[in-house]
Amino acid sequence: MSGGVDSSVCAALLVEQGYDVIGLTMQLYDHGAATSKSKTCCAGQDIHDAKRVADKVGIPHYVLDYEKRFEKDVIIPFAESYQRGETPIPCILCNQTVKFRDLIDAARDFGAEALATGHYIRRAEDEEAVSLHRAVDQSKDQSYFLFATTPEQLAFVRFPLGEISKAETRVLAEKFDLDIADKADSQDICFVPTGSYTNIVDKFGSGAASQGRFVHVDGHDMGEHNGIENYTVGQRRGLGLGGEAEPLYVIEIRLADHEVVVGPRADLAKHEIEVRDVNWLGAPGGVPETEMRIQARVRNTHEPVSALISQGAGAGQAKVSFDEPLYGVSPGQACVFYDGDQVLGGGWIMAGGTNMTVPHNKRNEGVAGLQA
Amino acid sequence: MAIPDDRIYLDYNATAPVYPEVVDVVSSALRDLGNASSVHAEGRSVRGTIEDARDSVSNLIGLPSQSITFTSGGTEANTTVIRGLLDSGAVSNVYCSAVEHPSVLEYTDPQHQIPVDEDGQLDLGKLEDVLKQHNAPFLLCVMLTNNETGVIQPVREASDLVHERGGLVLCDAVQGPGKLAVDFNSLGADFLTFSAHKIGGPQGVGCFATNTDVALEPVLIGGGQEKKRRSGTENAAGIAGYGAAARITAEKSDVERVGKLRDRMEAALLEARPDVCIFGQNGSRISNTTNIAIPGISSERQLIKLDLAGFSVSAGSACSSGKVSTSHVLLAMGASEDMAQSAIRISIGVGTSWHDLEKFVAVWATL
Repeated sequence: MSGGVDSSVCAALLVEQGYDVIGLTMQLYDHGAATSKSKTCCAGQDIHDAKRVADKVGIPHYVLDYEKRFEKDVIIPFAESYQRGETPIPCILCNQTVKFRDLIDAARDFGAEALATGHYIRRAEDEEAVSLHRAVDQSKDQSYFLFATTPEQLAFVRFPLGEISKAETRVLAEKFDLDIADKADSQDICFVPTGSYTNIVDKFGSGAASQGRFVHVDGHDMGEHNGIENYTVGQRRGLGLGGEAEPLYVIEIRLADHEVVVGPRADLAKHEIEVRDVNWLGAPGGVPETEMRIQARVRNTHEPVSALISQGAGAGQAKVSFDEPLYGVSPGQACVFYDGDQVLGGGWIMAGGTNMTVPHNKRNEGVAGLQA
Repeated sequence: MAIPDDRIYLDYNATAPVYPEVVDVVSSALRDLGNASSVHAEGRSVRGTIEDARDSVSNLIGLPSQSITFTSGGTEANTTVIRGLLDSGAVSNVYCSAVEHPSVLEYTDPQHQIPVDEDGQLDLGKLEDVLKQHNAPFLLCVMLTNNETGVIQPVREASDLVHERGGLVLCDAVQGPGKLAVDFNSLGADFLTFSAHKIGGPQGVGCFATNTDVALEPVLIGGGQEKKRRSGTENAAGIAGYGAAARITAEKSDVERVGKLRDRMEAALLEARPDVCIFGQNGSRISNTTNIAIPGISSERQLIKLDLAGFSVSAGSACSSGKVSTSHVLLAMGASEDMAQSAIRISIGVGTSWHDLEKFVAVWATL
């Protein structure tokens, strides 16, 4: 229970359905420290909201102190990922570690038969297997963030909100007379309330100097940049590079020599990528050896696009070839596999991949398959 | 605040169940109209209620009633004395034992916190060493008995050492009354602080007691109540309830029965799980408290599972969020981080029976 509308309604629904419910809230970081107010309580308003809701619906509620493991499993990898020139998604790491490893462990220890969360995603079960599907409310679908849920975890978790829309959730919050019915959805990364992640990278990263040069794709040097962790593939704003005929984007971040490669948008086009640490939720046997037709999604804000998947170069890896080239594919982000609404799993995008080859003189003519 | 039938309450050091007589006294006092500072009949009547309570509270600790200043509780009492002495210039430095309550600890620098030994008792040798290097007027804060472990501190000896060097002593005696005899004069401290809800009185009321006339700069200023030491309209109903709880506590002692129960429970706990550790067991403890660690099982897990099974215990000092933090008291006693993080406190009292503890031991053994 985060103290937000979704998990609150989830708890109230389960109570209404007659389940014996225990409310759990994870204390993930020191709220006072995160907002630089040392005299502020370690818990934010959200924990108090969660307690109020639990009290209202008449269930016991406990706060689990996961500060240390959240720092180890989420915040530090987040900082280190930026330092590798990647664009991390801490919410997925959090789901993978503290939420679906430690919280499930705690729930089992407390005698629970299932762990329910307020995620918008569906779970289906038949005699043979448990499967994961996109939410009924496609605009709220959180499947991108949950691709790493393993079959074992999936057997234990439940997502009651996957079947309803966010609007219906708000109506239910009103119906249950929950104080948080009008509470705004959270937007930012929870432990970066100010939206500035560079402080976190400075504080929790390795501290290694990462300044280097901007290099144009055509090879010419474009001056110094102030550290690779400040850039993300596909970024256009805030580069401080002018004087070019067309807008410049970050095309690639070369970790070894701290180079940030910039170029025109056309150079962002990716045709094929390799993903690592694949979690496979499709038919038994893992990622197929021969190419299989799927839809792939490389950002939460993108719609899945048609692609082919097959086993990758190394263990736990897969190769994903897009029918049409994709723009703004960032190493460190997730690539999630779908078959229609069913989630087949996903993996983490690795650096490299194959750029689409477009003759230089044709580059400004536009490319099919542009993504927003 | 009665204990529900389906629960077994073993957290008396957090707060004790209110005596039914106290509920009646508070309820009756709430019905009485009047502000104790008013000249009229109603005001005089409320004044009388407050002064009767002051007599009862002072009687419990063997001091004349004018020695008592009512506050909103133990924390405010500690704050009023410490900050009052600092602000008046009566003292310029504050020392304390490393196992004090946060309302005291927060006033001191780590180098001014005197260590305790592995049994949890203030190290008098270290205290002497620290005081030797000291000249300016100072205050030492040492609690009568620790809220987490029940370990009784050598307040008399510490007070004598401090007084030899011209310092003052504040003794946080919040966990004392009802668990051991508290006699102001034999303790030797200059200030004692108390809280009503630890002895079956209402929450939100407490006091400090002193026999000195050292200047205290008031923290709360305004109407000049409590001889200008604590302004603000008195919590008359709460104070009346405190008086009633003090009378009951003075009249009936349950210390011996409680001590036998606790010792029997500890024997049963150790028999069920020989690998556990009871903190402060070799030292001098009050008779109602057990602090016990099960290595490898976090306090958090133990508390939650016991709560779900119907037992109320606690660990460390809970943050307002409900997050269970590692006990600074156990760390100060030399416990490892792991051990300190796997300890819980069981504190019993007048309402506890062997039947309750038998059930508790049975469930605890399965954690």
